[in-house]
Amino acid sequence: MNLNLKYKSGYRVPSGCAVFGVINESGRVFNGEMVINAISMMHDRSNGLGGGFAAYGIYPEFKDYYALHLFFDDSLARKETEVFFQKVFKIKYAEDIETGKNNNIKNPPIIARYFVVPKNIITVSEELKELDINNESDYKSAEEEFMARFVTDFNYGSNNAFIISSGKNMGVFKGVGYPEDIGHFYKLDNYKGYLWTSHGRFPTNSTGWWGGAHPFGFLNWSVVHNGEISSYGTNKRFVNDYGYKCSFSTDTEVLTYLFDLLVRKHNISIYLINYILASPLWSDIELFPEEIRDIFKTLRIIYSRALVNGPFSIIVGNQDYMYALNDRIKLRPLVAAKNKDYSFVSSEESSIRKVCPSPDRVWFPDGGEPVLFLLNKKGKKPEIEHSPVEYLNEYFSSNMCKDKQKVV
Amino acid sequence: MALKLNQSEFEIHRDEQKCISCQVCVRQCSNDVHEYDEDNESIISDNIKCVGCQRCETLCPTGAIRIKQRESEFKYNYNWSPGHLKNIYKQAETGGVILTGMGSDKPYTIYWDHILFNASQVTNPSIDPLREPMEIKTFIGRKPDKIDLYKSSGKNMKNPVFLTNLGPQLEAEIPVLFSAMSYGSISLNAVKSISRAAYEFGTFYNTGEGGLHKDLKKYSESTIVQVASGRFGVDKDYLNSGAAIEIKIGQGAKPGIGGHLPGEKVNYEVSTTRMIPEGADAISPAPHHDIYSIEDLAQLISALKEATEYKKPVGVKVSAVHNIAPIASGIVRAGADFISIDGFRGGTGAAPQVIRDNVGIPIELALASVDIRLREEGIRHNISLLVAGSIRSSSDVIKAIALGADAVYIGTAALLALGCHLCQKCYTSKCNWGIATQDPYLTKRLNPEIGARRLYNLLTAWAHEIKEMLGGAGINAIESLRGNREHLRGIGLSEKELSILGIKHAGEAW
Repeated sequence: MNLNLKYKSGYRVPSGCAVFGVINESGRVFNGEMVINAISMMHDRSNGLGGGFAAYGIYPEFKDYYALHLFFDDSLARKETEVFFQKVFKIKYAEDIETGKNNNIKNPPIIARYFVVPKNIITVSEELKELDINNESDYKSAEEEFMARFVTDFNYGSNNAFIISSGKNMGVFKGVGYPEDIGHFYKLDNYKGYLWTSHGRFPTNSTGWWGGAHPFGFLNWSVVHNGEISSYGTNKRFVNDYGYKCSFSTDTEVLTYLFDLLVRKHNISIYLINYILASPLWSDIELFPEEIRDIFKTLRIIYSRALVNGPFSIIVGNQDYMYALNDRIKLRPLVAAKNKDYSFVSSEESSIRKVCPSPDRVWFPDGGEPVLFLLNKKGKKPEIEHSPVEYLNEYFSSNMCKDKQKVV
Repeated sequence: MALKLNQSEFEIHRDEQKCISCQVCVRQCSNDVHEYDEDNESIISDNIKCVGCQRCETLCPTGAIRIKQRESEFKYNYNWSPGHLKNIYKQAETGGVILTGMGSDKPYTIYWDHILFNASQVTNPSIDPLREPMEIKTFIGRKPDKIDLYKSSGKNMKNPVFLTNLGPQLEAEIPVLFSAMSYGSISLNAVKSISRAAYEFGTFYNTGEGGLHKDLKKYSESTIVQVASGRFGVDKDYLNSGAAIEIKIGQGAKPGIGGHLPGEKVNYEVSTTRMIPEGADAISPAPHHDIYSIEDLAQLISALKEATEYKKPVGVKVSAVHNIAPIASGIVRAGADFISIDGFRGGTGAAPQVIRDNVGIPIELALASVDIRLREEGIRHNISLLVAGSIRSSSDVIKAIALGADAVYIGTAALLALGCHLCQKCYTSKCNWGIATQDPYLTKRLNPEIGARRLYNLLTAWAHEIKEMLGGAGINAIESLRGNREHLRGIGLSEKELSILGIKHAGEAW
């Protein structure tokens, strides 16, 4: 019996933290040593009650399958889950996730991964029957929607098994312990990815449980977050209204669903996301060029409940990019750096310098100013052209406040 | 029959040593309580006529007068209160309905006073609103489910086109609006004070069913014009004069019944504004006689939208009754852009006491259940929710917003700022403060410039306090508090009450 999963409760556990992320923009893969090394510099920012990593590009041989990472309380829970999975999924491959012995890691759950695709989603899900599926891309987005609902429902209804990672060609490795111990526990030097994020946790409440560690993984999203969201109740209501069920009682979960809702479901360009999550002040919007002022005003009015208030710095991973953002009055640290085709974001500059002693450029993004590092894949680049953001950037760079509202 | 019909409610204490017989009290009292006795060169006061409005006490230059609540002369009886006795004596004498004014003063639970707000410590910095930005701007109107992608018409984005049509919105600088109080029930000077304050502060006032006086048209961008069952003063011009339209179905103080402005209050100005003959009673029927069902309401909403070319938000005001949650849901589906819910402690110019004190439910519970119901149906975010019915302070505002309101209406609080002392005699039209009266001798006591300034000050003070509380909770925009019940805790409430309010009890963590 593993008590560590028993902390799933109605309680929300706010936490302070260390965050770190690195991407090779050319898509070159590298193992987890660097990121473990970097996050360990910020040991004092966490307290041993949670650490974790997300890595992209690690399962190239199964890149068309959803890689589900699961925590099980006991073998019974695992058996039940596997029977259930058999009904829903075509399971390409399944195995225990290899872990090493580490004296600092106590009571780990059973940890396993499954590479799956849903069987015919139309027959499995009543709700999806109403969707209009005409071609492959419709089917793909319906399949994603199916997975999204499956994962949230599964976690919501479960007390002894949790899906902690559900993207393709990516995975989340996390648990209770210091991040460097967790990294070694999972033997991350055996994995090679082009994008890594990492998190060291300092919960402000003593309960640390394996499922509540970060990164939070959902489809291809992984989110690490330092902060406590004062707008949690409002944001949670917002995502609930669009069908997301919050079961991990963490701010990070809500942030992840916000990204999924806005970017995947509402098709809002990643370039516009900071104008929602860390929206400019009304008084700033008044200074925007008249032609596009209404766009930003409308965006804020419609998505007022998605404004994330209170201190946060987040790093969001995705198959295509690494994105970092601070709250709009910068109440948490966030520093970014670039060295050739490697790009970094971190809570502290020290951890970047540890793995990259003299980067080409180091900068501190403003509150509400996003940092976006794109993977240079052909045809994959999110469109900034023809967006109001581009217009806004041009406007501000040709006017008095040159450094304002600049998208990197 | 020798019944105690004459028991006075108040005692007037006059310090004869201080009194200089200047007769200010005599001139100020419209109830003729004070009388100058020329023979004795002194003033005699009649306790029985006193309504306790404290005008004389406030204006006495030497501080000679004190108005005190009089101890009951009736034998103590918990069940049969003096109120019951007096009402029965009066009704036995007259056969009439007992009238009253303002909101209910009965000791029902005031849920605002059983709710505590949160603040940040350590894990989350509180924000100082005097040094950091703090936003309380609020938009009222219908919102779409999602934004649709923009498309540019040219490569260089000179003319970006936005596909989402947001629909008309009211933009309020503070989530506090002035409630519907008609010209007629209150004086023109009172309406002038309120409309001007709303205009200058950047919020809204509501005409009630009193029509729109020509002197107030300059404040039209801050005006919500009401369409009530009497349709007084309503024409196309009126509808298009305001920033928004509100259909009044009910009022918290008197759910289910109409209104009656006695002919003696209908002077020339009131008659032209309401478009009725001078001296005629203005009777608002209990229902709208063209709304006997929800589909009729939908038709009126769409008729009003047609008349204003879909340029104004159209809302519906209802009183908080037992079935308020499904009623609100129906209103959203009928096409309203906002719903105003008036709780049973809301004020009135005149209402039967039996209705005011016994019909309806508290706004706190109505708000919580409507918010939850609309969310369950997935339509809460489409409309704005305004609540009224005794918002007494900035903390009530904060709690209402955290429970799920978009903004609040204040009526009684605004009248208090204009000098009202809550004597509850509005229906007599003898208001000594120049508010609830049309008597020119009394109304000139209220200077609209000073009145507007006092209301502006009140809003300014509340804005400061709201910002302080928001900042304390680590929030710098009011929208992040909206429906954020995690920041509320109940105190001294039962499980059932907590579950209806959707909040935890004090002492429970996240």
